Amino acid sequence: MKVKLRDPNIIMKLSRLGSFHQSKLSFLRSFLEEFKDWEYKKDLFDLDENGFGIAIYSFKKKDRVYSLICFANKINNDERSDRVIATKWDAAFTLYDGVPSKLDIERLKNEVPKQEVGRLSYKELTLSRANKSLRVFDHVVENLSSGKQPDLNILDKVGYLYRTTAVYGSGKFGLEMMLVYLVRQFTFDQVNHVAKSKNPKIAVKLDNVICKNLGIGNSTGLGMAPFIVNHPTLLNNWILSREIALKKIREIKKVENSKVDLFKKSLRNSIKNITSWNTESKYQLKKINSLLTNVKKTIDFLEKKFSFDTEYPFNTIYLWLEKETCDECIEYIVSIMMEPFDEIVKPLVNQMSSEEEKYFNIPTNRTIEDLRNIIEKRYPNILKINFNKKENIKNFWFISKNKEEPRYSNRFEDKGYELEQPLAIARDIKKLYEELIISKNSLTIDKFLSKNSNLRHVVRRAFIIEKFPYAEIQDNTIAENVVPIDMLRLKLSFFGALKFDPRSDKWLRICMFQGAPLPEELRNYDQQWVYNF
Amino acid sequence: MKSLSEIETTSKRASKAAGYSWGIAEEVGIGVGTLELFGLEGIKNLNEYFKSRVHNKFENLDLINKNNQSDKFPYCPIIFGISFLDQVKTLEKFDKIRLSNIAYPLLVLPFLSRSSEITGKRIHYKFDKHEFLLNFNVKVFSKIFNDKCPIIAKNVEIIFLENKDNFSEEDWKSLYKLSEETFVEESDSLKKSAAGAGLTDND
Repeated sequence: MKVKLRDPNIIMKLSRLGSFHQSKLSFLRSFLEEFKDWEYKKDLFDLDENGFGIAIYSFKKKDRVYSLICFANKINNDERSDRVIATKWDAAFTLYDGVPSKLDIERLKNEVPKQEVGRLSYKELTLSRANKSLRVFDHVVENLSSGKQPDLNILDKVGYLYRTTAVYGSGKFGLEMMLVYLVRQFTFDQVNHVAKSKNPKIAVKLDNVICKNLGIGNSTGLGMAPFIVNHPTLLNNWILSREIALKKIREIKKVENSKVDLFKKSLRNSIKNITSWNTESKYQLKKINSLLTNVKKTIDFLEKKFSFDTEYPFNTIYLWLEKETCDECIEYIVSIMMEPFDEIVKPLVNQMSSEEEKYFNIPTNRTIEDLRNIIEKRYPNILKINFNKKENIKNFWFISKNKEEPRYSNRFEDKGYELEQPLAIARDIKKLYEELIISKNSLTIDKFLSKNSNLRHVVRRAFIIEKFPYAEIQDNTIAENVVPIDMLRLKLSFFGALKFDPRSDKWLRICMFQGAPLPEELRNYDQQWVYNF
Repeated sequence: MKSLSEIETTSKRASKAAGYSWGIAEEVGIGVGTLELFGLEGIKNLNEYFKSRVHNKFENLDLINKNNQSDKFPYCPIIFGISFLDQVKTLEKFDKIRLSNIAYPLLVLPFLSRSSEITGKRIHYKFDKHEFLLNFNVKVFSKIFNDKCPIIAKNVEIIFLENKDNFSEEDWKSLYKLSEETFVEESDSLKKSAAGAGLTDND
């Protein structure tokens, strides 16, 4: 049986993309798989009694070494900010390609804490900073230094000791994940060190089981949203990999018992990921409640009304999910379906990058008719939107002059819409289409562009979308009802983030690596750790 | 040192601010990045051109011909470069394109370089005393490395070079003969058994 790839016009809607969850394809999980047999070492740990100083961790395989250099600094409470625009942090990090010399460390000591304002060399692959979750960090220090383990209720509510406020890289998502993973270990070592310095005779170490259940937090704002729009072929390759995995799983006629058991076990265990998902966001709470109800309904269906002896069992389950559950639940279970199928998922991991520059040139020898056909085929829902209505053009994207960060605002109330960024793709595609239908079919694109240079950016996109059907968000990103965090969540799900906690419709907090094996456990770790902590 | 991404993004945004569309600004961002990668003064030329646009007029050449003469104002290098890129499939039929009076001719170079990749032909770009050989958007050869590029080029020639060997048949034969010394003379049995594929391709 051949199953079709899911329709991009449905999957690429923002409400669906904003329901995506981590999976085996996510970068933090593929990073652990890739580096599991690398040698982990704590090379330097030179912190004072308050936990300030330098630490270095490394992963090594043969002659290849990556070193995380950590600079922990003292800052005042009023200087601590989650916002990307902050200028001081509790700790700053860089992942160095190789083993840093003393000279490198001295150089980086001055540059890394400055983050974006600092200057790095080609040897520094990624850059990040993080702040303590003060209530958790202080609580853990207090308890460990008194010879006790911390209160798990307090830890569960937050899930991490530190949260990063940005992780920069050169498109090397795996190495960004390595940085975050090693930062997590630094937070455990630092908290143990401070507790011991406080009370050397009585202090105990944070229990390894508790460490495993802690991750690294992250605060993410609108900066990620333009990324999704500005990297269409990359977006396509992420989504396409997920879609191919699902298609192949649905096409399996008979599934081995061991795989069925693994799927069912992961699904059952995942319930506590949902029940421990804390947020004050009404928007997210509603989604979580719906997810919990529907996942329980699915488990009930699988146990009482379904037999895996049925041919193409995952196809039947998928069709049932589409009919009986919500977007959040469908995508949640699609992710869990991948768990037993390494042979399908692993080859796809290598297909998730993109050589974007290859697709930059516009094929200007093609015709208006070609372009119109592409738009009619790829953007049928977009073409139905009436952009003369105020609610469909209510918002605009811009870059803040003082902070140089992307922003989203009301076109009719705020200043600056004339400096709008080219992120209103739906509106501009419609504009292009309206121009195409009054142009001569046989006209070539070069001639069209010479008179319509204002539409050049969407002409380029349409030709990209022709080849990459999952490259475009099939929604109006400037409409009144848009929830920008849906765009962030899509990207974060591919990072492998858990427990999305929207703090408004424009930024959210997440947790990464919660439940992940500790570095010493990597050689033989539980592949389904994400559902088993 | 500024990263390539910073160079591309800043050039793109500056181009939009200078009055070009976002689609053209994207092209300029990539182009200036290419110039800087090749070690040529992309940022400097773009900056000076945008400054000169404040007080001077430039002509947009949207449709390129074999000979292009601008008597009144110099041609805008960005619009010329983009038009060339877009129309290159038509233009390559001309073999040689001439134009006079173009501003900041260095800014045209990345568009010609990409055109060389699209057509699969090397492009010889000459303005005044300066010459460049553009090789499929992979390499640029020039003697201009330490020279200052002119603000206005009076006489420009763009030549599509037909793909042909860069060596004589005699040289090739001589080298090939030498290479044959790495071959093994096949016996009849080797002819039958040493090939990886079957002896027929009809199965």
